[in-house]
Amino acid sequence: MSVEALSRPAPHAAARARGDRLIDLGGLVLTALTFVFALMAIFPIYWAVVTSFKSETEVIASGISLWPQRFNTEAYEHIWRNTNIGMWYINSLITSLVITAGVIVSSAGCAYALSQLEFPGRRLIYILILACFMVPMQALIINHFVLMAQFKLLNTWAGIILPQLIVPVTIIVYKQFFDSVPKEFREAAQMDNAGHFKILFRIYLPMNWGITSALAIITFIGAWNSFLWPFLAATGEATMTVPVGITQVKDAYGIVYARLMASAVMAGLPVAVLYLLFQRRVTQAIMLSAGVKG
Amino acid sequence: MIRDKRAEYLTALALVGPFVLIYGVLFVWPTIQMIMLSFTNAPLIGPGEWVGFDNYLKILSHRLFHNATWNTVYFVLLTVVPNTLISLAIAMAVNRLSGWKQGFVMACFFLPYILPVSVVYLTWNWIIDVQYGLVQYLVRPFNGGEPLSLTRTIPFFMPTVAVVTIWWTLGFNVLLFIAGLRNISPEIYEAAALDDAGRWRQFTRITWPLIWPVTALVLTIQLIAQLKIFDQVYLFSIGGRQDPTIVMVQYIYKLAFQQNKGGEGAAAATILFAVIIILSVLQYQALRARGAK
Repeated sequence: MSVEALSRPAPHAAARARGDRLIDLGGLVLTALTFVFALMAIFPIYWAVVTSFKSETEVIASGISLWPQRFNTEAYEHIWRNTNIGMWYINSLITSLVITAGVIVSSAGCAYALSQLEFPGRRLIYILILACFMVPMQALIINHFVLMAQFKLLNTWAGIILPQLIVPVTIIVYKQFFDSVPKEFREAAQMDNAGHFKILFRIYLPMNWGITSALAIITFIGAWNSFLWPFLAATGEATMTVPVGITQVKDAYGIVYARLMASAVMAGLPVAVLYLLFQRRVTQAIMLSAGVKG
Repeated sequence: MIRDKRAEYLTALALVGPFVLIYGVLFVWPTIQMIMLSFTNAPLIGPGEWVGFDNYLKILSHRLFHNATWNTVYFVLLTVVPNTLISLAIAMAVNRLSGWKQGFVMACFFLPYILPVSVVYLTWNWIIDVQYGLVQYLVRPFNGGEPLSLTRTIPFFMPTVAVVTIWWTLGFNVLLFIAGLRNISPEIYEAAALDDAGRWRQFTRITWPLIWPVTALVLTIQLIAQLKIFDQVYLFSIGGRQDPTIVMVQYIYKLAFQQNKGGEGAAAATILFAVIIILSVLQYQALRARGAK
């Protein structure tokens, strides 16, 4: 807090001018410090990426080299040839996409009904959804496992997907957005004999396209990143997702950090790219899900 | 008119149906099953006999259960408050920037949060590697020139995982704090500046009290999230001794999946379930009380 103290303006009016200059200096120091901390925060990611392009001998050479002596994709070629990462990618992509589609469609439908229709049990369902919010899914791992075993769905895509379809927060966010659509739109469409499905898919969803894409992106990122359930549900290498696979398969000998970092980069790349492309949408959706209007 | 009503019910049923089905089969049913299972001596998969509260009594006297409880609480202590204070400081620093500077700095702090836990684990496991890790340049001078494994030396395990967790998750908190800071009217600061209030006074008299609702939200979200901790603690303990650093969900995992004691695992899960539900209800009540004010 010494920076704060330095930049405090002098209380006397005579010293005002000097004080202003001190504020600027304090502000500059603060900005510089912020950048230093930001670079420190991003450094581990930079270090992982740089390491993945080094040769294994350079990785363990003494001294810190912040840039590879020679760009080397050997680590990537090695993991591509010697692990099932291609298959894990397919598993991750398919399960994440199906979870995203399932969550968005079931949430939008449910939220539309809760927001626009009158039916018995409406309040009860809404209360149950709010309650579901509080439940720790980690506590249910045993019985999800038992259930999936009974359905014979362990080591299948469906087994990985099903327990991840419960995302009550998307319903709550959707309901808030649907509540704020003026009723006139629906009434006008009903005059033209449009059914509720048509109204949902032709009016309510397109009008809330921004929030739909934002929710879809963070649902996908969450599904791609999820660890505990895919780790339990996929016991064989063939059905593992990327984040699980890269922690389970290691070369049994020696230090192979270039290869491990290459596998980490491969696992993080899709979500990092999604975030960098859609920063605004991602942050908006995360804030809405936390109950904060951004 | 009556036909209209019935049509509306049917439409509602069709729209709500998929979610209610998923909800019933994958949430309500497993929850009931978990509680039932906790009163039997069943293995992970297969039938068992009713044993009443035996499982609860057994695990409550289990040394590993005490370890798991203490380690989980310890992890909460190490992460929740430090993460919140650091995030608030970063949010205030980011908030005073503008344009590309703000975008760049925010992306640096936020990017780790978007990554899968296994990427975080592999990256940091390399950075703290006992032979070639960068952190050893900092550790050696304090350890008589010798390298030190931060994850195999038990007293350093939890603090190390806590630091990594704070690095990984602070972006989320920073985001909530920035949203909160933007809601504070600049006029209040202008008025304070006219009164010659310094930065520190502005912080203690304006920012801190006005941001408190967000701080409370961030604290409770993290408290509940960290009680459910598993991934990082499990990953960093691979290949080492796991029992001294075991946390609650890991204990459930160990009982049910490694020792095949489904009943005892379900009892531990039910206890965790109850604790988190109680905390969540308290949080909800607190937030609602604040909203009503």
